[in-house]
Amino acid sequence: MSKKEKKSPIVLFVSEEKEPLFSKKNRQLISDPLNDNNPITVQVLGICSALAITVQLKPAVVMSLAVLAVLACSNVVVSLLRSMIPSRIRIIVQLVIVASLVILVDQVLKAFAYDVSKQLSVFVGLIITNCILMGRLEAFALGNGPWKSFLDAIGNAAGYGLILIVVAFFRELFGSGKLFGIEVLGHKGVTMAESTGLYALGYENNGFMLFPPMALITVGIFIWMQRSRNRKLIEKE
Amino acid sequence: MDYVNLFVRSIFIENMIFAYFLGMCSYLAVSKTVKTAVGLGAAVIFVLAITVPINYLLDNYLLKPGALSWMGESYANVDLSFLSYIMFIAVIASMVQLVEMVVEKFAPALYGALGIFLPLIAVNCAILGGSLFMQQKDFGGVGESAIYGVGSGIGWFLAILAIAAIREKITYSNVPAPLRGLGITFIITGLMAIGFMSFMGISL
Repeated sequence: MSKKEKKSPIVLFVSEEKEPLFSKKNRQLISDPLNDNNPITVQVLGICSALAITVQLKPAVVMSLAVLAVLACSNVVVSLLRSMIPSRIRIIVQLVIVASLVILVDQVLKAFAYDVSKQLSVFVGLIITNCILMGRLEAFALGNGPWKSFLDAIGNAAGYGLILIVVAFFRELFGSGKLFGIEVLGHKGVTMAESTGLYALGYENNGFMLFPPMALITVGIFIWMQRSRNRKLIEKE
Repeated sequence: MDYVNLFVRSIFIENMIFAYFLGMCSYLAVSKTVKTAVGLGAAVIFVLAITVPINYLLDNYLLKPGALSWMGESYANVDLSFLSYIMFIAVIASMVQLVEMVVEKFAPALYGALGIFLPLIAVNCAILGGSLFMQQKDFGGVGESAIYGVGSGIGWFLAILAIAAIREKITYSNVPAPLRGLGITFIITGLMAIGFMSFMGISL
């Protein structure tokens, strides 16, 4: 959304420090959260919204984009203000910054994607208390420059979106046989004879995938898969 | 809606954790031992019970379309509802700060028990979620919204207490290594949520 806002601080920052724009460390800021340091499966941040809106792909994609926009802007703003924010009231300051950005996103969604915004209902507002935001603001933006914070925001929002989209993909595919609302497995008629595609062979949708508990179990299985492949993430008790 | 019905609904049927996944982050992070879980759960009940009715008043006398009509004819069609997020979160953050100060002054023992958890609550999704659902449900009065706040707080408390007790016991079982910790907690929560689904459709 506000591309101009983001660009000016970046230019400022680069002229201050002589580090290449995409140095190895900066690239890691983007690539780490996609796997080794994923906000959902490793850092355990932002789970509330991740589970509730993964019934269909479309709201999941919109939600990831909304979080990306809010996280990128707020990370840059907080990082620019980091030396001015008194540490005692920093949580309230951060909440106000995030809340104003979320209001912007909410109004944009209402204007251009009304049906999706109705589907997301309170979960757009809940981006404010999405733990990814506070987590990244506290852990990263308060201690790093704007360009680094911007990259960190992009990486973490992408890691969050990745899980959201993968979970939503499986839930929508197995739950209702659709992807983005398009019937990919064929059309299910009232009788076998009217059905096409897989349904003509007797395939049935697993409606249970659409219920909230299955979101938890799906994420649990993803964590299991990720940690089996990447043994260093296994928790030691 | 009848108070008892609303109360039971908000605890069991519309449970914050098992039906809406609100407050999952602190639910997963602070549920390692029963003692800390009880502290956080009590703080959540407390803050929800205070903030939901306050935000109800704010919504009805300031933010809703036409809510400002008490100020005079010319304000009757002002709609400030787009400001609700920032108002709600400001109320929550300041109430948390206030509650922290009051508890510290008048109940030092309780402060000692809740101490570290109180500031964390400002960013707990369940608190803001309670206010946003209250706005969506359009309650009939302060009483109903207060009952809803307390009920959903108790629902959250029960959920975190249950998972903390299970996690304390699960350290003695032989969970597959990649599933240990976070993974198994997710799956158990899913199974518990399936259990809570059986409350669906109950009305008193």
